[in-house]
Order: sequence, then C-alpha cells, then structure tokens
Amino acid sequence: MSAITILDYVRILPELTLALFGVLIMVADPLLGEQRARPLGVIALLGTLASLAATTWQAQHPGPAWFGMVRVDSFSLFFHVVIALVALVVVLVSFEYLEAQEIRQGEYYALILFGAVGMMLMSSAVELVLIFIALEISSISTYVLAGFRRRAAASAESSLKYFLLGSFATAFFLYGVALMFGATGSTEIAAIAQALRAGGATSLVYLGVALMLVGLGFKVAASPFHVWTPDVYEGAPAPVVGLMSTAPKAAAFAVLLRVLFAADSPGWFWPLWLAAALSMTLGNLGALVQSNVKRLLAYSSIAHAGYLLVAFAASSEIGVSAAIFYAAAYAAMNVGAFAVVSHFAGAGERYVEMDDYAGLGRRSPVLAAALTLFLLSLIGIPVTGGFFAKLYVFSAALQANLVGLVVLGVVNSAVGAYYYLRLIVLMYMREGNEEQPAIRVPAGLAAGLALSAAATLYLGVWPQQVLTYALESASALLH
Amino acid sequence: MNSLLASLDRNILTLVTFLPLAGALLLLLVPRRDRDIRWLALIVTLGTFLLSLHLPARFHAGQPGFQYEVNQSWVTSPPIHYHLGADGISMWLVLLTTFLSPLCVLISWKSVQDRVKEFFLLLLVLETAMIGVFLALDLFLFYVFWEATLIPMALIIGMFGHERRVYAAVKFFLFTMIGSVFMLAAILWLYAQTGSFDYVTLQEAIRLGHLPHLHSAMLWLFLGFFIAFAVKVPLFPFHTWLPDAHFEAPTAGSVILAGVLLKMGTYGLLRFNVGLFPDESRVHAPWIAVLAIIGIIYGALVAMVQPNLKKLVAYSSVSHLGLVVLGIFTFTAAGTDGAVYQMLNHGVSTGALFMLVGILYERRHTFDLQQFGGLATPMPVYATFFLFITLSSIGLPLLNGFVGEFLVLSGAFQARMLYGILGATGVIWSAAYMLWMYKRVFFGEVTNEANQAAPDLSARERIALWPVALAALAMGVAPMLWLASIDPAVGAIVRSAAPVLARMVGP
Repeated sequence: MSAITILDYVRILPELTLALFGVLIMVADPLLGEQRARPLGVIALLGTLASLAATTWQAQHPGPAWFGMVRVDSFSLFFHVVIALVALVVVLVSFEYLEAQEIRQGEYYALILFGAVGMMLMSSAVELVLIFIALEISSISTYVLAGFRRRAAASAESSLKYFLLGSFATAFFLYGVALMFGATGSTEIAAIAQALRAGGATSLVYLGVALMLVGLGFKVAASPFHVWTPDVYEGAPAPVVGLMSTAPKAAAFAVLLRVLFAADSPGWFWPLWLAAALSMTLGNLGALVQSNVKRLLAYSSIAHAGYLLVAFAASSEIGVSAAIFYAAAYAAMNVGAFAVVSHFAGAGERYVEMDDYAGLGRRSPVLAAALTLFLLSLIGIPVTGGFFAKLYVFSAALQANLVGLVVLGVVNSAVGAYYYLRLIVLMYMREGNEEQPAIRVPAGLAAGLALSAAATLYLGVWPQQVLTYALESASALLH
Repeated sequence: MNSLLASLDRNILTLVTFLPLAGALLLLLVPRRDRDIRWLALIVTLGTFLLSLHLPARFHAGQPGFQYEVNQSWVTSPPIHYHLGADGISMWLVLLTTFLSPLCVLISWKSVQDRVKEFFLLLLVLETAMIGVFLALDLFLFYVFWEATLIPMALIIGMFGHERRVYAAVKFFLFTMIGSVFMLAAILWLYAQTGSFDYVTLQEAIRLGHLPHLHSAMLWLFLGFFIAFAVKVPLFPFHTWLPDAHFEAPTAGSVILAGVLLKMGTYGLLRFNVGLFPDESRVHAPWIAVLAIIGIIYGALVAMVQPNLKKLVAYSSVSHLGLVVLGIFTFTAAGTDGAVYQMLNHGVSTGALFMLVGILYERRHTFDLQQFGGLATPMPVYATFFLFITLSSIGLPLLNGFVGEFLVLSGAFQARMLYGILGATGVIWSAAYMLWMYKRVFFGEVTNEANQAAPDLSARERIALWPVALAALAMGVAPMLWLASIDPAVGAIVRSAAPVLARMVGP
C-alpha cells in the first residue's frame, strides 16, 4: 500500500470543502444567535460554490485515492456537479422559506451540506463499505431534515417514516454487501468484477445483488419500494423535498450504476425491467388522483424513477449515458418545481393543494411561468431538458430491443401529461376563489429559479455538451 | 450592397424565424404598460413581415430545390441538424404567417385588455414556431417546431377565449398532442432504419429505392405522419376539435388558427406524406380523397345550418380545407398547384372573415345570427369589406378564391370525374351558405335596436382590413406572381407521382 499523498486529499476535496463549511456553520450558529442567522445561509451558499470550484479543479486530477476506495473519473465528476448545483439551488430557495416557516437555520444548512458530502461520496466511492457509509451520511441528514417543521405533525410523521423504512432499506443493502463479500472475497468494485468474471456467479451472488437492489430501490423510490414516498414528501419541508427527490436519488442511481455495471453483476435484468414497468405505471396512476401538489410531485418522481430504470434495463453504454443525462435533467426540473412549491406554500405550508394554484398566473406571472416550464419539461415537451432525456432513454431502450418497455413508457408519458397539464390549466385558465395579493419573489428564490430554468432550457436546446459528458462518464464507468 | 444582400440571403431564414422570438424576449423585459407592449408587438411583427419580403424578392423561381438553405449541426448524436430551406410552397406560407401576424396584433389592440403582456408574448412565440414549421428540413427540427406551436396556441385559447375556453383548449391540446405522438414515432422509426433525420437525404434515398428493407414499414410510416396532419387540417372525421377551438378562441387566435395553423396540416401532407412516400400516397389517394370530399360536403352542410356566425365560419374552414386535401391527392400539377394556392387564399379570406366576425363581436358581444340583420345601414364600410371578403371566399372570378378553386377542380376532374363533380358541389354550397349568411346579417330592416347604434369601422380596424382585401384582389388578378414559384416546387413533389397520373386518367 502506498502512502497518503496530497493527491488523495485533492480527490475528496469537494467533500472536504462541504464538510468544512458545514462545521463552520455549526460553530457560527451559537455565536450569531437566532435573530441574526442570515449569514449562515450565505456561508452555506459559499460552501456549495466552493465545492463546485473544487470539483472543477479536481477534474484535472482524475484517478484512484485512499487505497482504492475513492475514484475520481468523469462519472463521479458529473454527479458531483449535479449534486453541488442542486444543493446550491436548495440553499438559495431556503433563505426565505426558513424565515417564513420559523425554522432554526443553523442545523438546517449544516445538514444540507453534510448530506451533500454523503451524496458526493456515493458517486465517487468504488468500495462497498465506503458506499454504505456515504449512503448513511446522506440518509441520516435527510431523515433529520424531513422533520424540520417541528410544529407540524405531518413533518414528524414524515421524518419517522422515512427513518424507519430507510434504516430497513440500508440494512438490506448492508446485508447484500456482506453476501457479496462472502461470495467474491472483496468489497472493491473492480475486484468483485474480476472475481465474478473469473469464477462465475453463485447463488450467493444473486442473493447479494437482490438485497442491494432492494436497498437502492428504496432510495430511488422505485416500485415496489415506493410506498413511503408520498407521505414523506407531503410532510417534509418543501425545499428539503426538492433536495430529497433529486440529489440523493441521483447519487443512489450512481451507486446502482456502479454496483450493477462496473461490477458486472448478474441477474438484475428482470427485476429492473419489472421495477421500471411498475414504477412508471403506479407512479403515473397514483399521481392522477392526487389533490395535493407535493403528493402529486411525489408520485411523479416515482414515475420518473421508472423512466430512468428503463435506461438501466437497456444496459448498453448508450443506456448508461441516457440514465446519467436523465438524472441531470430530472434534477434540474424537479428542484425547480419544488422551489416554486416551497415559496408558494407560505407560512406553515398552508397552500399546497392543487386548487390553491388557481389563478397563480395572475398573482405571480414569474412563479407561474417558471412552474409551467418545469412541468412542461416533466411532460417531455421539446426545447426542455425533459424532452431530450426521455428521447435518449427511449431510443436507448429501442436499440436494446426493449419494445415493450418503450411502449409502456410512451403510454405512461401521455398519462403523465394529463396531470401536469391540469396544474398549468389551473394556474392560467381558472380564477382564484378570493382576491389574493400578488406574491413577491425574493432575490434568493429568483436566483434559484433562474438557475434551474436555465439548466432545464440549456439541456433542451443544447443537449450536446452534457450528452458528451454523459457518454464519457458511461465509458469511464464501464471500462 | 451586393455583399450585404448576399449575406442576408444566407441568414434570412434564421432571422425571419427568430425575430419574433427575440421580440418576445424583449417583451419580457418591458414593464407592464399595455400601450408600450402593443406597440412593441406591432413593430416586431411588422419588422418580421418586411424582412420576410426579402424571400420572394430574391427568390429564383425557376431553380429547383430549396433556397436560402442553412444547414448546421445542432446535436451530433443523434445527428440532428438545424436545416432550414424554402421552396415555392414554404416561402409563401411563411409570408402568409408574417403577413397575418401584424394584423392579429392590430385586431387585438382593444379586445385584449387583460394580461396584455402574456397575450402578445404568446403570439410572438407562436409566430416563431409556425415559421419554423414551414422552413424546417430536418424531421426532428420540424417536430420540435410543430410541438412548439401547441403550447402557445392552447394557452391563447385557454387564457383569452370565451366561456368554455378551458374545455376547448384542453381538447385542442389533446387532439394535436396524440396526433403528433404518432408522427414522432414515425420520425424515430425512420431514423432508426436510415440513420438520418434530413428531409432531402431521406427523400432521395426513398425515391432511389435505397431502402428496400423499409418497404413493409412504409404503410405505418405513412399513417404515422398522416394522422398527425389529418388531425391538424382537420380532415373528417378528426375535425371535432376545430369548431370548439375556433369558437372559444379570441379573434387573433382564430385568425392564426384558421390562417396558419391549419395550413401546417395540409403543408405536412404535401411535404412529408406525398414528398417522402409518393408510392404510398398514390395507393391511399382514393380513400383520402373520399374523406376530403366528405369533409367538403359535410362541413358545408353544417355551416349552412349554423345559428352562430363564428361557428359558421369555422365549419366553412372544414369544407375549404377538404378542397385543399382533395387537390393535393389528385396528383395533378393543376390540382396540387391549386391546393397550395388555396391554402394561401384560405389564410387570407378566412383570416379576414374571423377578423370581421371579431370586430362585430366587440360591438355586440354575440355571435348569434338572429341578433343581427340590416347591419348594412349603420355600418356601411364594414358591410362592404364583409361583402368583398365573402365574395373572395366563395370564389368570385377576379378574386383569389376563384383561381385556387378552379385549379383544384380542374385537377380533380383530370384525376377522376366523380371527384370533380362532388368537389364542385362544395363550391356551390359555400356560395349558398355564405351569401345566405350575408343576407341575414346585413340586409333587411334593422330588427334589433342594439344594432342601430353599432359604430362603423375605426381607423385601426380599417388599417387591419385593407391589406387582406388588397391581397385578395392581387391574388385574384395576378396569380402568376405566386404560381410562378409555386409550380416548380409542386412539380418537384408531384413529378414522382407522375406514373399514377397515367394510371388514373389513362394514356
């Protein structure tokens, strides 16, 4: 084993930066006191920006680090950027939200940064135990964040439910890791791949893969492990849901990609096929009957996990790159949608029913236009990132001859269009029940919305650059 | 000067397409002072129209193929190109779009009072999308523009329309959306088989028979495109969304819908169905012609019994567009020339009719025919314009409708006598219901007190109506100005269909 060099630190620099800023927030919090907590948000903002800068710097120093536990390659870099940007938007959106909800700011921002550390590490870890630890760091932060609306019973329910079921799921994952270790004699992805190629797969391996799939399936909210999603999303603070439904999911998908494809695991095809089909169908059907916007978006996120798994089932390099692209596009549009929902919800999250959105186009043209853009992207209308994301996923699936899944996916997209459109119709074509005041859009939210809207449009108009990165990442992962 | 013109030649299509969008972005930044916004929208649309005049001015009528082409890579995998080009067909449809847009701004000057900024924003975005549809020569790019017309139009209907606007907007959206999913499937399938989205490349490959393995799929590809376009035209029996959408839409929405959006359907049939799949088109021409004839007669009969002025004009569109489709699927030079000419005519005449109906609505807030009568007395100028446009719509010689209808019918007679006879009844029907409508609205005594006080046209309304009236006259008197460039373009598409002509009309 080689000694630890400076490069080892560079290769986890974004994580280190975030952790450092998180600690800084914890230290500054008691010094500032509750009344003057604004600077904490600014520290968090700087932290995400610094980690973004660290990621770009890190890009010049790819390679393994920490005795082969971490690996910096195009794949990990891609997800680092996505996670850092999502955290950035969430922090921006939280400025106003926290004051409106009277939520204590110190721990909130610190936990977001710590959570992001875990998610980033999930995407760069190439060793199962470290992956597990990263998964736990990310999960525990989000368990706590889900319960931050202390005075709301729904938030406590959300946190507890997420915690209980989430712990179960990570336990499954850990069990899978143990079995995998037992079968192949290693916890390093590369070594596992070698062992599997050399020795073939035993029933122990199949069991290990299945258990890991259960754990990760829970994290990405894929059917049949999705039942927690609506309740948790409904109760948790809206910006946190914006985070939960995008960044940890992207990270979990990254882990799934590593575990399945980099490790050459067997036996995942039909489970994933089934999970994709079920997630798309149940997610969309569930969303059809919702009247609460957060629950609607929860079901929609299940459906989108399904579309993403279609790309997994395609399993080729194109499929993997489509999945990566989809994760980025989905993160942009969903975090944006939740940014609007967070602000519109108002103090105590009173306005989260669909009917509350009637006449929003008049009360706040900016919020309504932004939400419309994100919803159109979720439908998959051209000139938005969601369109190319779906296109890449379905064309990859077609090339892999998964006609059944594609047909199911297209039918589901049509069903999905209906409930997203219902919200747009409400905002623009119906009048609100009472005379409601215009809604002010604070600077932080405006910046967050602008960033996610720009990303959504960028991916829809010039997808080439990101697609090239995604293809590079896919080949970095597979070779 | 020459180098300036030459560089304009290279960039003209991009400029014309995206100028309205740039105007829309500018509009975003302008504060909500309704007057400024209206003027800005007018300036942008007028500027686009003036710029688009460059197209016919520098167009080489005799030269085959597409002109002013731009072809750049947009996305490399899959290979999607930003490929625009104009031939005699698309050029005039673009001009129709840019011609009607400033008039739509004028006609909405007073009638849109609420959410003015949103309205003109949507109108400008819609203009860019429509122009893009006519110019795109990459199937994927075409699809993107095609879909991009959908949202602004649905929002215009749903936000600014009449009572049942939400129902109409959703119906419009769903019909078109479902139709275009089939087209997307066909486009992707074609790409999967050939590796190209490029119209010109695909057309060559299919024509030269380079794609024998595609033979069994041809039928489905043809139908995929056909459904999307037939819904848009709308061809019987896909027409049910049209009366609702037209009736509920605000005036400018109806003008754009009738004037341009429906043409996207007939343009698509001609460009993609006939252009890419000439053999399939020939095989399926009989039943498509039958649907078109049913549309002609059915639309006319329903229009005849409409108690509602705006619905009457809407159903007349079904009838007129049926004639256009019939013309396309006669596969004769005359018929198809006439179909293209009739597309332009219908845009001018029916666009004008919707403007006139909208002007009346602003005064009386009703479309009910029974409420009118004797309007010629209080509104003589309005009545004159209305008569002029009515005559142009029913095809009076020396006005535009005559040229188009004559060409289509002579093509139909060449193709099959029965088509010609049945199609010709459509012309007769249209004269009947339009003139009867005119009589009920304008002649006789003023029965309703409210009509007595209706003011005649304002200066703004006259400015909006004069250009269409002049266009109708010019197109009737000097059709060769248009046909000289339409004919070669149509020839390029129909040429591939020549054998069938021989089969259908005999040696």
